[in-house]
Amino acid sequence: MIEIRQLRKRFRDQQVLDGVDLTIENGESLVIIGRSGGGKSVLLKHIVGLTHPDSGEVLVNGQDIAHLNERELLGVRRKFGMLFQSAALFDSLTVEENIAFVLARERNHTPEEIARRVAEALDMVEMPGIQKKKPAELSGGMRKRVGLARAIIYRPEVVFYDEPTTGLDPVVSDSIDKLIVRVCERLKVTTVVITHDMRSMQTVGRRVAMLHQGRIYATGSPQELMAATDPVISRFVRGISDEKVHTF
Amino acid sequence: MTSVPVKVINSVLSGLGRFSLMVAEVVRSLTTQRLSGRDLLDQLYFIGVKSQTVVLVTGAFTGMVLCAQTYFQFHKVKMDSATLAVVSVSMCGELGPVLTALMVAGRVGASMAAELGTMRVTEQIDALRTLATHPIDYLVVPRVVATMIAVPLLTAESITIGILAAYLVGVHLLQIDPGYSIVNMQRFTDHRDVLMGFIKAIIFGGIIATTGCYKGMHCGQGAEGVGHATTEAVVYASIAILMSNFFLTLLLTRLLALT
Ligand SMILES: Nc1ncnc2c1ncn2[C@@H]1O[C@H](COP(=O)(O)OP(=O)(O)OP(=O)(O)O)[C@@H](O)[C@H]1O
Ligand SMILES: [Mg+2]
Repeated sequence: MIEIRQLRKRFRDQQVLDGVDLTIENGESLVIIGRSGGGKSVLLKHIVGLTHPDSGEVLVNGQDIAHLNERELLGVRRKFGMLFQSAALFDSLTVEENIAFVLARERNHTPEEIARRVAEALDMVEMPGIQKKKPAELSGGMRKRVGLARAIIYRPEVVFYDEPTTGLDPVVSDSIDKLIVRVCERLKVTTVVITHDMRSMQTVGRRVAMLHQGRIYATGSPQELMAATDPVISRFVRGISDEKVHTF
Repeated sequence: MTSVPVKVINSVLSGLGRFSLMVAEVVRSLTTQRLSGRDLLDQLYFIGVKSQTVVLVTGAFTGMVLCAQTYFQFHKVKMDSATLAVVSVSMCGELGPVLTALMVAGRVGASMAAELGTMRVTEQIDALRTLATHPIDYLVVPRVVATMIAVPLLTAESITIGILAAYLVGVHLLQIDPGYSIVNMQRFTDHRDVLMGFIKAIIFGGIIATTGCYKGMHCGQGAEGVGHATTEAVVYASIAILMSNFFLTLLLTRLLALT
């Protein structure tokens, strides 16, 4: 279980997180939505301990990770898998080496086993046979899927996906959503997905949390949020901007 | 509002603090973590093998010009046969390690800062951390160890080539007597000079790699940040090499005199 309590973070004069409270239960699938630049990626980086908060706590199974040092955090992070918004593949390594990174460093897997698991992972994200390519040779969407394979291959307990379907065509988006659901259900992993895609939200999420002005503004099932009458939520889920239409 | 000098002092001190923390983490990693042989070999290849040309050219021409200049001065006082002795003492103790280190700083220190800096701005270092790998273990330690091995070897090479080139210039071009030159060279150069060069080279290697890695790991945002980091890595490493060289000469001369 992950508990976030009164998390605050400011960058220079911008208060990005302003008292976030959120609990993520084991095995659940949570979707985080919110405006672009609203601090969703920053929140995720706090949960995995990449960024230290100004104040507040992040408890992973009761342990406050905000005060662990980098080496102590490594053990905690082994339970996590993370897909970065930018994919963040290692560009000096091949696709295969990227995906196998954790397994290869653990030294208790044979090369054959690693090769087999990499091939399986690539099949899962529907990109078989690209083992020897370098990240620079891939398109943005392909990179994201390799990043996804890298995040789930070592069977983490919690997987964080930062905009897994942004930049993918609708068909692949749908298959990625289904893959996320499959991974969640079959491997019993806790799933946290950031998305702007309302269709993904409904496919993937059992529970949705909306981040607004540095706090969790609302939580509920996807249906509840879609039907909400609150203007902030309903504008967001229907994609209506509050600007007046300007005529030039 | 804090005044400008206070801010500068603050940032210098916090920079030194972060640098020391990184060095401490490198030492901790070396004593507690297993170093991957393959990562080390990759770095050794890049630093050692790929630096051959620069180091050999630098060594040869330094030895040659040193020989010529020393000869022109010594010839006036009829001390021609001491020329090569001067060349070999200064190559071993000072010029070999310092010039090699400066060349390696320009080549290797810069590329370390650029590579790690790019990894930082493209979130690859964050990705490494989420994959349960300490960036110090995976990125910094192999580079530091490889540089501390490669720079002494490159220095030995550059000293050898420098003395050989000086010999060729002295004997064949300037008509110095080869027999007397070699006797003098052996009389005035002893194991302390060689040892001094060797110890300096190891320390310079450490300076180059830690500065390059530190600047990369802590670089600013975007392409501009990477550019700054690269320049600063070379400038700081070069200054640190030249300054520490003076103090090392004083210190090591005292220490080695005891042996
Ligand atoms: N390292 C940083 N330094 C300074 N400001 C930052 C940093 N990281 C994020 N920010 C700021 O924090 C705010 C939130 O950024 P974040 O990336 O979390 O947004 P987001 O909700 O993920 O947006 P998007 O949906 O577009 O990805 C942004 O305004 C950004 O400028
Ligand atoms: Mg984001």
